Amino acid sequence: MLEQYLGVAILMAISCAIAIGMVTATTLLGPKRSFPDKDEPFECGESQIVSPYQRFSVKFYLVAVLFILFDIEAVFLFPWAVLYQRLGWFGLIEMIVFLLILGVGLMYVWVRGGLDWE
Amino acid sequence: MEPITAPIIDFTSLAPVLVLSVFAMMVLLVDLFIGRNKSVLVFISLVGLLCAAVSAFAKGTEIPVSSFNGAYIVDRLSIFFTMIFCMSSALAILLAVEYNKREGIRVGEYYSLILFCTVGMIVLASATDLIMIFLGIEIVSICLYVLAGIRRTDPKSNEAALKYFLLGAFATGFLLYGMTLLYGTTGSVKLATIAQLLNSGEVLAQPLMLLGVVLLVIGFGFKVAAVPFHMWAPDVYQGAPTPVTAFMAVGPKAAAFAAFYRLFAEGIPELAPTWQMTLSIVAVFSMFFGNLGAIMQTNIKRLLAFSSVSHVGYILIAVIAKDTLGSASLMFYMLSYAFMIFGIFGIIIILGRKGHENLELEHYSGLGFKHPLLALCMTMFMLSLGGMPPLAGFVAKFYIFQAALNEGFLWLVIIAVLNSAISFYYYLKVIVFMYMKEPIGEFKISLTPITLFVVAVGIIGTLELGIFPGPIIFLAQY
Amino acid sequence: MVPLSHYLILSATLFSIGVLGVLIRRNAIVVFMCVEIMLNAVNISLIAFDRHLNQHDGQIFSFMVMAVAAAEVSVGLAIIIALFRNRPTVNLDEFNLMKW
Repeated sequence: MLEQYLGVAILMAISCAIAIGMVTATTLLGPKRSFPDKDEPFECGESQIVSPYQRFSVKFYLVAVLFILFDIEAVFLFPWAVLYQRLGWFGLIEMIVFLLILGVGLMYVWVRGGLDWE
Repeated sequence: MEPITAPIIDFTSLAPVLVLSVFAMMVLLVDLFIGRNKSVLVFISLVGLLCAAVSAFAKGTEIPVSSFNGAYIVDRLSIFFTMIFCMSSALAILLAVEYNKREGIRVGEYYSLILFCTVGMIVLASATDLIMIFLGIEIVSICLYVLAGIRRTDPKSNEAALKYFLLGAFATGFLLYGMTLLYGTTGSVKLATIAQLLNSGEVLAQPLMLLGVVLLVIGFGFKVAAVPFHMWAPDVYQGAPTPVTAFMAVGPKAAAFAAFYRLFAEGIPELAPTWQMTLSIVAVFSMFFGNLGAIMQTNIKRLLAFSSVSHVGYILIAVIAKDTLGSASLMFYMLSYAFMIFGIFGIIIILGRKGHENLELEHYSGLGFKHPLLALCMTMFMLSLGGMPPLAGFVAKFYIFQAALNEGFLWLVIIAVLNSAISFYYYLKVIVFMYMKEPIGEFKISLTPITLFVVAVGIIGTLELGIFPGPIIFLAQY
Repeated sequence: MVPLSHYLILSATLFSIGVLGVLIRRNAIVVFMCVEIMLNAVNISLIAFDRHLNQHDGQIFSFMVMAVAAAEVSVGLAIIIALFRNRPTVNLDEFNLMKW
């Protein structure tokens, strides 16, 4: 019974080890220069205290639109992944065709400059 | 775990859809790598539509063929409608060539969107499964939302797109809920299975199912712009670029009617007494409100929008008369309507020039003296829309009325004839403006060859279908 | 086990909330969100029926609804952005260049 979870336990152990290792490594090896911006709770360049009604740049909307489109297509990948072995070659070819069509869309967006920030 | 055997895919049934999808993607990609000259896109799109039209006959004479476990069918209705779609999309592309150049709409996406929309329409006309019908409707609608707003810098076009989008999405909700209730009460999404279950009496007409049918009527009513779900039509027709308006008035409407007919006449014929009553009321209201609304309009595009609402009323009669004659008259009506509408919109485009679309009726005054041939064409289209013999509109209406009489809907026919008489008032108003009023200002029209060609196709079609309807009726019926 | 009718009532309620929202609210984006509520209400019904009938058609249908809804969202947002670039408002009452 418990052997089934051995894989999960190993995975957790490895991920913990990696996380602890990284924190330790940066603490020991990284340079330590502090300045006001860096000491803020979120250091992403945005100021901390702003009105919640402030406007976002319209560029974010474009990214959001594209994200939603390509993200939701993943709903077709999940059932396919679950049945991947039973579907065999047929499933693989179907999915390649599906992804190629999505690829055409991505290519269109890319060449038209939809992915450029400026 | 045992492997799942791959289902048999019937590629010949799907041929027009596959061909068009490939061409649409090709147009999209080619557009990225060519310069500002879009004529090669026009060429590719037309070739694609031609190939699709030819490949619709891939099944040969063995129709009707049902494939994909009964989700997709190739039969007389679907092939005939595929022809209408390919023709109307080709005409919409031709109308746009000079219009887009004149108005400075430099977007190659126009052509690929029309092709994608045609894919959706073909799916819609061939679907015999609720999921496929839903997908078809959405492919068509999403393309149309974008097409309506394709003049990105024009606030009117934006507004048309937004209104169309919000109401279209709203209608989708109703349509889906109706489909869900139908699925839930019968336990199947296949129209054939639903019809069988209802016929055998295993599933009784429960209130939930009737609610589903009503929701379906609302959803389809929005999509085809039937009263009381027509409020978007005038605004969207007015705001969208003229070739898109022409396209919208013909192809997608025909597709929605094909699915409408299939769903109601082939899926739930057992519930006919209920939905025939509901649809009759919708049809009567559409005819009256469409015609009365059109009388008050001064903008030609709005006038045609209301006129199309009233035509939806006539076409609904074909759906109500659900037998073979009903489907044949539906096909014939949509074909003749396509010729008339593209002809009229061709003339509307010719009468405009850069920056001045000349859409008010008063801009048409005196046209009969300055450009007698154009005015004659317009007169013929208007009379044909009203149903004057010997033009296509008359035969189409006559045919629908006959189908309705066979099913015993005399009162509906009487109301429809009465409405045809009312509709002449505003069709004649356009003619009066052209022949009996003094022109205001100078006529500066854009007589461009490709648009003139579309008008000529419209005229020939209208005359042909009016004078020799026999062959087409034969194709539609047998 | 929760009976089918509970799910259907939940779905009908959500659907009605969505419809009311579309009819009452005047902000284009909020109206749009209400349409999404309607679609997701339908999804609940689909899944409930599917479970009740012990089939798979309903699940497939709801996948399609989700994918289509995403496509609709992107087109809708794009239209609203295009509109906003010409006229900085999303209030539906101000879109009156043409009569409703």
